[in-house]
This record gives sequence, structure tokens and C-alpha cells, in this order.
Amino acid sequence: MTGEFAGGQVVIELLYLIASVLFILSLKWMSSPTTARHGIWAGEIGMVLAIGGTLLNHGMSYHLIVIALVLGTIIGVPLGEVAMTAVPQRTALSHAFGALCVTLVGSAEFYLRTPDISRFMMAVLSLEVILGGLTVTGSLMAAGKLQEILPQRPLTYKGQNLVNFLLLAAALVIAVTLVLHPESKSLFPFMVLIALAFGVLLIIPIGGADMPTVISLLNGYAGLSAAAMGFVLNSKLLIIAGALDGSSGLILSIIMSKAMNRSFTNVLFGAFGQVQPSAAAGEEARPVRSATPEEAAAILSAANRVIVVPGYGMAVAQAQHKVRELYDALTKRGVDVRFAIHPVAGRMPGHMNVLLAEADIPYDRLIEMDEINGDFPQTDVALVIGANDVTNPAARSDASSPIYGMPILDVDKAHTVMVIKRSMNPGFAGIDNPLYYLDNTLMLFGDAKAFVGSIVRELGGGHG
Amino acid sequence: MNSSSNLINALFIFVLAGFIGFEVIRRVSPLLHTPLMSLTNALDAIAVVGAIVLVGEHKSTLATVFGFIAVVAATSNIVGGFLITDRMLKMFKSSRPADKSVAK
Repeated sequence: MTGEFAGGQVVIELLYLIASVLFILSLKWMSSPTTARHGIWAGEIGMVLAIGGTLLNHGMSYHLIVIALVLGTIIGVPLGEVAMTAVPQRTALSHAFGALCVTLVGSAEFYLRTPDISRFMMAVLSLEVILGGLTVTGSLMAAGKLQEILPQRPLTYKGQNLVNFLLLAAALVIAVTLVLHPESKSLFPFMVLIALAFGVLLIIPIGGADMPTVISLLNGYAGLSAAAMGFVLNSKLLIIAGALDGSSGLILSIIMSKAMNRSFTNVLFGAFGQVQPSAAAGEEARPVRSATPEEAAAILSAANRVIVVPGYGMAVAQAQHKVRELYDALTKRGVDVRFAIHPVAGRMPGHMNVLLAEADIPYDRLIEMDEINGDFPQTDVALVIGANDVTNPAARSDASSPIYGMPILDVDKAHTVMVIKRSMNPGFAGIDNPLYYLDNTLMLFGDAKAFVGSIVRELGGGHG
Repeated sequence: MNSSSNLINALFIFVLAGFIGFEVIRRVSPLLHTPLMSLTNALDAIAVVGAIVLVGEHKSTLATVFGFIAVVAATSNIVGGFLITDRMLKMFKSSRPADKSVAK
């Protein structure tokens, strides 16, 4: 990365070029489950070439590098082998690790280069460290909430947005000062500390239901900070990888915010998670109809078409394997069973698909919201397992509802709706769901795993 | 370093790579959004190359220490990210009988 461009340097740059192409192919092959595993191989080969090329740089001492690579592998293997239900928190943790790497390298480069650093470089370096720093602590907070080490309830206080805004402004003021006077080194640690504090405060008001958006957004920040690092190191490979990761995070954030009917700017500035306190007191008086597992099994076995709507509650109850037994039992009886997947069901984008795929449910049975919504009127039974807000018809009809305008799965249009739910407590967002009081709705009260298990027994014992 | 031409080159690459990323990732099936995220996470950990240079060149103690931690963090993302993405993708099976290896 010095001025002279020796022969060895050309080889290294060519290896980086091949790695860049392989990274792009890797993401291209993710377009379909049939080619996706080629994508991993492409990514792995690209990674090996890039690291190998870097080690070719002359004048390197290797022993510390090798120790660090081995240590990283020792930490990485268990992180690659976590249970599928723990994937959201693992993902958040890896955003934190990626951003930690970027922040540390940025800080080291600052101390190596100042005061001989161009204004532009200093500006990009500040961007790298601020984005990286807030992603480190923000992702750790998100991981803590998902792992339930930290309270999942959003914490809000008066003037929260003002405090956050002032902190960010302070970090930017320091950044500008450093751009103009790069010799004032003592300011740099404050900029990093403020970014770290900002990351914590950014995630404090976020509730569990907003996690899919937040994780996507942190993904985008991690990518952008890595791209900024590429500018600082003048590494084209890193700029490309950062741009790919950044655009992936941004696209997922846009999809998630659309699926929650939030404007993208609203999400971008962290003004999400402002949960209205539940106004649904005194609703207990409204009658609901409930059913036993025997009744549910009888209705299901008489049906021709069934659509299952899974939500985060299914993951919490670890019910996905029982759901597969139900799928097998009904399919054996000739019932057409499909699964309706809302984009924000679960705690990260695509969460439900992974859990159901793990339970061996074929992926062509997992249908996206837009594709399946038209089929509910011709569906005999919609079985809702652990999903709440994504089925709430108030989003369509009640302009006063906090989720009004959010696209939902039209389960209420099915001939019969069955909802497995622990009790009548409102869901995470604290919003009452009129679906439960409809004439065609049957409430199945109980633990999702146990209840589905009882239905399977009634149907004649699942498989085997 | 002739920094202004470097800067323009870098901006070209960033903008074009962003466009490619947008077009490629738009086409990723929502079915695979979770593995997509773990894969991009692993690829993003290519930042390890910058950290490796810091450790290898050993220009100051601070740079070496920061670089060392950075290599550990990024490597764990590479290893863990590829491992879990592969595990997830292996689970996605079709019910269509055309694929004999997974037909039950």
C-alpha cells in the first residue's frame, strides 16, 4: 500500500481483483436456494485468496498474525455452531465484531498518520470510526436484548431524541475540528467514546418487534464503515466488500421498514421503537370462542387447504418441530398445507424461513406475504402460531391503531381462523388484536409446542 | 500518495460496487435473507486484510495491539459466518421430487 508498485504488489492486487469478483458472484448465487451453496464456496475461495495475497506483502512478521488467526478461528467455530433459534443474536454479535475490527484499525491508522494526514482522509477516517463505534455498542446492545440478558422492553425517557442528537452533533464537531487541526490528537478518544455511547443510547428505546429493522440497519452501518476503511487504506477490495455489505443492509432495512409501514428516514434516524402504551384496558369483557385440541384436529382434518402463519412465539416455544409433525400428518391426509411468511415475523429478516427449514419443511411450502395474501379467502383454515401484530386486521381498518397502514397477512378472510396463544395478553407491541373476537376465530389457549403436539396426537400420531 | 486521483478512483469503485450490490441483492429470495446477512457479514470481515498489515508491519505497539484484536474479531466473523451460512443453506430442501437426493 505504498507508492511504489513492485512486481509482488501486482500479484497481490490481482489476487484482490479475483477475490472481488468472487464476492460479487457469491452474492449473485444467493438469489436461489439451488445455487446458494456455490455462493459460499466462491466467498470462501475469495477470502483465502485475499488473505493469502495480504500475507505476501514483504517485510511482514508472521508469528503474531498466525496467533491472531488461530484465536479468531477458535472463537469463530462455536459462533458458527449456535442453535438456529440463536441466529439473530449471533448475527448482532458478528456485526459488533466486524465493526470492532474497523474501529480499531481506524484508530491505529489515526495515531500512525497524524499530523501528516490530508483533510479528506481525516474526514473519512472520522466517518469510519464514528460509524464503527456506534455499530459496536449498538450491536452488542441488540445482541443483549435478543439473548434476553438485557430487558427487551423499550426504555424511553423525555428528551431522548434530543440527547441522542446532541451526542451525535458533539461527535461531528470533534470530527470537523480534527479535520481542520489533525494535530489535536487528544480529541480523538473523545470522538470514539461519544460514538460508543451513542450506539448504546440508540438501541435503548428499541423493542423486540423492531429488531429485524435494527439488525438490518446495523448491518448497513457495519458495511459503510468498512467501505470508509477501504478509502483510508486505499484498498479497492475493502471498498467493494463494504459497498456490497452496506447495500445489502440498506436494502433489507428498506424491506423491513416497508413491512412495518415506517418511512425509511424515520428508521434511518433511529426514531423507531416508540411504542404507544396500550390503551386496551377493559377489553376482557369481549367474548372469544375457544376450542380444544380435539376440536382443532377435527376441523383441520376436514379442511382441504390450510395456511399456517408462524411468528416469533413459535420460535420462543421451540414449536417448529411439532409444527413439522402437524404438516406431515395433514399432508398424509391429503390436506394442502402452506406457510405464510410476513417479512418481519421473528427477530431478523428471514428468521421464520430458517427455523422452518431446520424442521425439514420444504422451502417451496414457505410463501411470502404478497404471494399468499390473495389465497386466504379460498382457505379453509388459517392457523396462527405465535404471531400477533402481523395478523391484526386493525392495521387495515382502524386509523387510530398504532400499526395502521402496516401490511398484514389477511388471515381473517379464511373460513376459519385458529390462533394458538398462551393467554389473552396483548402481544409485544401492546396492541389489542380484533382478530381474536371475530365470529370465525377460534382461540386455542396453551403453549404452542404442547398444543400443536396434542393436535398431532389427535390426528393419529404424526409420523411413524 | 497522489491522494486526489486515488480519491476519485476510490469513489468510482465505491459507487459502482454499490450499484452492483443493489442489483444483485435485490434479486436474493426473501427466503434466504437470514443466510444473506450472515454471508455478507463474513465477506465484510475482509477488513481483516487491513488489520493483518497493521500487525505484520509492527509500526507501533498501539497499532500492533489494536491490529491483533482486530484480526481476532474479523477472523471469528469469517470462520463463524461461513460455517453458519453453510449450515443454514444445507437445511433448505425442496419437496419437488426432481431433486432425488432430498426426496423422502
